[in-house]
Amino acid sequence: MPDTLTKFIFGRLTWDSLPLHEPIVVATFVAVALGGIALLGVITYFKLWGYLWREWFTSVDHKKIGIMYMVLGLVMLLRGFSDAIMMRLQQAIAFNGSEGYLNSHHYDQIFTAHGVIMIFFVAMPFVTGLMNFVVPLQIGARDVSFPFLNNFSFWMTVGGAVLVMASLFVGEFARTGWLAYPPLSGIGYSPDVGVDYYIWALQVAGVGTTLSGINLICTIIKMRAPGMTMMRMPVFTWTSLCTNVLIVASFPVLTAVLALLTLDRYVGTNFFTNDFGGNPMMYVNLIWIWGHPEVYILILPLFGVFSEVTSTFSGKRLFGYTSMVYATVVITILSYLVWLHHFFTMGSGASVNSFFGITTMIISIPTGAKMFNWLFTMYRGRIRFELPMMWTMAFMLTFTVGGMTGVLLAVPPADFVLHNSLFLIAHFHNVIIGGVLFGLFAGIAYWWPKAFGFKLDPFWGKVSFWCWVVGFWFAFMPLYILGLMGVTRRMRVFDDPSLQIWFVIAAFGAVLIAFGIAAFLIQIYVSIRRRKALTDPTGDPWDGRTLEWSTSSPPPAYNFAFTPVVRDNDAWWDMKKAGYNRPLSGFKPIHMPSNTGTGVILAAFSVALGFAMIWYIWWLAALSFACLIATAIGHTFNYHRDFHIPAAEVTQTEEARTTLLAAQG
Amino acid sequence: MKRFGALLLFALAGLLSGCDLVVLAPAGDVAAQQRDLLVVSTLLMLVIVVPVMALTVFFAWRYRQSNASATYAPDWDHSTKLELVIWAAPLLIIICLGALTWLGTHLLDPYRRIDRIEPGQPVTELHKPLRVEVVALDWKWLFIYPDYGIASVNELAAPVNQPIDFRITSSAVMNSFYIPALAGQIYAMPAMETKLHAVINRPGTYSGFSANYSGAGFSGMRFAFHGLSEQAFDQWVAQTRTASAALNRENYLELEKPSENEPVRHYASVDPDLYGAILNLCVERGKMCMNEMMSIDARGGLGLAGVRNTLPLQYDKFARRGAVFGNDPTYVASICTAEEAAAAARAASDATRTDWPARNLSPLRGAGLLRPGTESRRAEADTPSLGLLRQEL
Repeated sequence: MPDTLTKFIFGRLTWDSLPLHEPIVVATFVAVALGGIALLGVITYFKLWGYLWREWFTSVDHKKIGIMYMVLGLVMLLRGFSDAIMMRLQQAIAFNGSEGYLNSHHYDQIFTAHGVIMIFFVAMPFVTGLMNFVVPLQIGARDVSFPFLNNFSFWMTVGGAVLVMASLFVGEFARTGWLAYPPLSGIGYSPDVGVDYYIWALQVAGVGTTLSGINLICTIIKMRAPGMTMMRMPVFTWTSLCTNVLIVASFPVLTAVLALLTLDRYVGTNFFTNDFGGNPMMYVNLIWIWGHPEVYILILPLFGVFSEVTSTFSGKRLFGYTSMVYATVVITILSYLVWLHHFFTMGSGASVNSFFGITTMIISIPTGAKMFNWLFTMYRGRIRFELPMMWTMAFMLTFTVGGMTGVLLAVPPADFVLHNSLFLIAHFHNVIIGGVLFGLFAGIAYWWPKAFGFKLDPFWGKVSFWCWVVGFWFAFMPLYILGLMGVTRRMRVFDDPSLQIWFVIAAFGAVLIAFGIAAFLIQIYVSIRRRKALTDPTGDPWDGRTLEWSTSSPPPAYNFAFTPVVRDNDAWWDMKKAGYNRPLSGFKPIHMPSNTGTGVILAAFSVALGFAMIWYIWWLAALSFACLIATAIGHTFNYHRDFHIPAAEVTQTEEARTTLLAAQG
Repeated sequence: MKRFGALLLFALAGLLSGCDLVVLAPAGDVAAQQRDLLVVSTLLMLVIVVPVMALTVFFAWRYRQSNASATYAPDWDHSTKLELVIWAAPLLIIICLGALTWLGTHLLDPYRRIDRIEPGQPVTELHKPLRVEVVALDWKWLFIYPDYGIASVNELAAPVNQPIDFRITSSAVMNSFYIPALAGQIYAMPAMETKLHAVINRPGTYSGFSANYSGAGFSGMRFAFHGLSEQAFDQWVAQTRTASAALNRENYLELEKPSENEPVRHYASVDPDLYGAILNLCVERGKMCMNEMMSIDARGGLGLAGVRNTLPLQYDKFARRGAVFGNDPTYVASICTAEEAAAAARAASDATRTDWPARNLSPLRGAGLLRPGTESRRAEADTPSLGLLRQEL
């Protein structure tokens, strides 16, 4: 075949693009391929394809989409954590002239991938999944405002994840650090496909994130049950609202800055180049204008989870609901005014630096107020130390330390000596693991019975809890110390042997966390096996306070047979106190959205488009773009958008629940 | 359990005593002041963090479900007094910390000339600063001593108790210039210049490195920083002058090519225009310097004729490839020779440069930290900086 034809068909994709010379990658590929084939085999053997397609992939039910987001987050957590443990191992052994076991080409991809995956494809899907599942139930709605858009958003997020995973086996990932600062990420210094994978994965996933943000804002604003005024919304719904406002306001900045970088890389513009008037520091500003709100996008919903959990397990109303809401709103606004604290060392001058340092510190005031509110919710409560509450306690003790080191880094002269050091790494893992991850585990343990109708096994949950908490302290306290020893981040080899002991301790911590993850997976497996014993027929296993606990577990497709009426911010608690009786008759047909496969198809074309752009396969890019547009237009002619659940079916479902509840006495 | 905890603490103390917490025990006065700020801020925050953590544990224990004797008030959810306290307490701490930050940030601004050699010893006319021009290369450091006409790679030396004025740039990608024992870091960015003022107080050899990931050879981008006595420094200079190599534009372009784990190198002489050419991206002859381009543009530019004033690029850093749909890489051609451009730039900068003035050491007055007798902050600052805000001032 002539060379030009090959080039036309495959772009810059050649046999050399496959990383066959990297034994670690080849071994990983073999393991993933075998596992994948086994999984596909099992699905085919049990004839589950039809079931998965009809009931899950094409589903527009917010509960199922929420669960699929959580599965995506969990799968990607395994990938992101493998990267973490590889880094820990490399840094623990690369001393005394040893190069370790990773060359810089591989190691630099690993730390970039770790950051990108953990933020975009672990934390974001987990948080979005939780909001997707819980928010409509908490506000007494039957679904989100735009159910098809929800399904489409999810599959776009999957599409981004697919591109990142593909980079492991076809070509390579970026070697730039997780924010891909130019000029290093420009075409001059990163001519390979790595940065293109980064750009297109984030752009594809970014579409999903932005659309899901719009969807949830609409849902919260327009679909609350009658009587639920803004100031009667559960705190988790409030924090979700603020998070989605942040998403909608900040993700377009990321999209724009990546688009500019794309133009630099593809058509030779000079936005972020060294010469021709380009300014790389403009990229750094723009990406952090997205990047700082992003960390609040991650943490705010978990603040909501901690509020729900503390109040429920203390058996008490949340202390200072109003100040909690205002604190959340203040954090939302302030999160836009602090981005420059990520690069005080750029040389902006003392006045600019002190402005951004002080705004950053001001954020700790509402955050501190929140902490006190949780504290005084526990005060004069009756605290039950079930798993969600244990995670909350661990959060309160861990996050305070992370918050303190964060404020410390906001003091510019202190930042000059700690910027980019392992102290910084310890700080943000301290708040992201101690805040986001602990919150997610609290949330998963808390709402699992709502999603599946049985509780999670407490024994394995506690094993996981202790491994995570102890592992976290072992893994990151040494990094604080190393930071004070002047050790900087992203180093591959070291020449000072006195550092090694701390890296070994940190690696030990990472192993403990690995046990924590394993115990979590075992917990899920054991719980499914023991689901009969752990079953919760009441739908309200924790003596809950908000509306999601008023319906059955798992909730019926329509969530609520009748839309509840709200009189108080702890709506379900109020209903229970007032002697609420479930309506047993008079059910009407319920209007519901229909499933559609369009989301899957659009996302598949987007992945093809991204892949083609990465490898310069222009015909495929044009074709997939045309298909994308055609499918989107085609979908507008789909008139089978909705259906009614017949009254008889609703009556049957509700009667089954009545029988079940009666059996409980 | 308690004994186990004590044992653990003991082991930790042992480990910590064995390591060098350079950030907490630096050898330079600037880093020491930054350390002080770090410690004071931490203590200030512990004032609120410790009670919160203690209360968390105490409440969790006191109000556990099995403790039936504790008060249970399920509907108690508001107390104006408590609300006032929980907002006011963090606010007060942040007001203190904010004031500290404002002061500290201005006093320890790396662009600001240092006032003192160490506590109680102000800078006087006798302390002529050592000027060092720093260039971050892929992946090594070049240090030029314009006052001595010498240069070194991956080795930096300075006399103790003498102010050092660093001018910092980068040749290709962003790095961060950091010697923890001396002073905080500052970015090294291509086509831009940052400044750092510092002093080393104790003789010794300290490590310096890039604190911002810059590509494959980043881990090896380390250098030794020697704090030397005056005689030892003179010796070091004399020894450097005996090196055989000279640094000019041509062998700079060779040096600039990416390489990893470079050994120490000395240059007996340096082209005096080299640093300016590096900063303005015009080391290759025939390329128009950025400052030249900017001053042409400031006067209205070359008009349409300027659009065609480009030449195809033969070599630009490493692996330079054009974008797939872009033009072939080009550069803007210079309209005068490198020597003419350098001479013009020198003439322009000579006009503004003043001799090393003694610092005004009268006490600070606050409110923007002007000193009595200083009409504007511009006069206070060393030279106009890149920061927009500062230029207004």
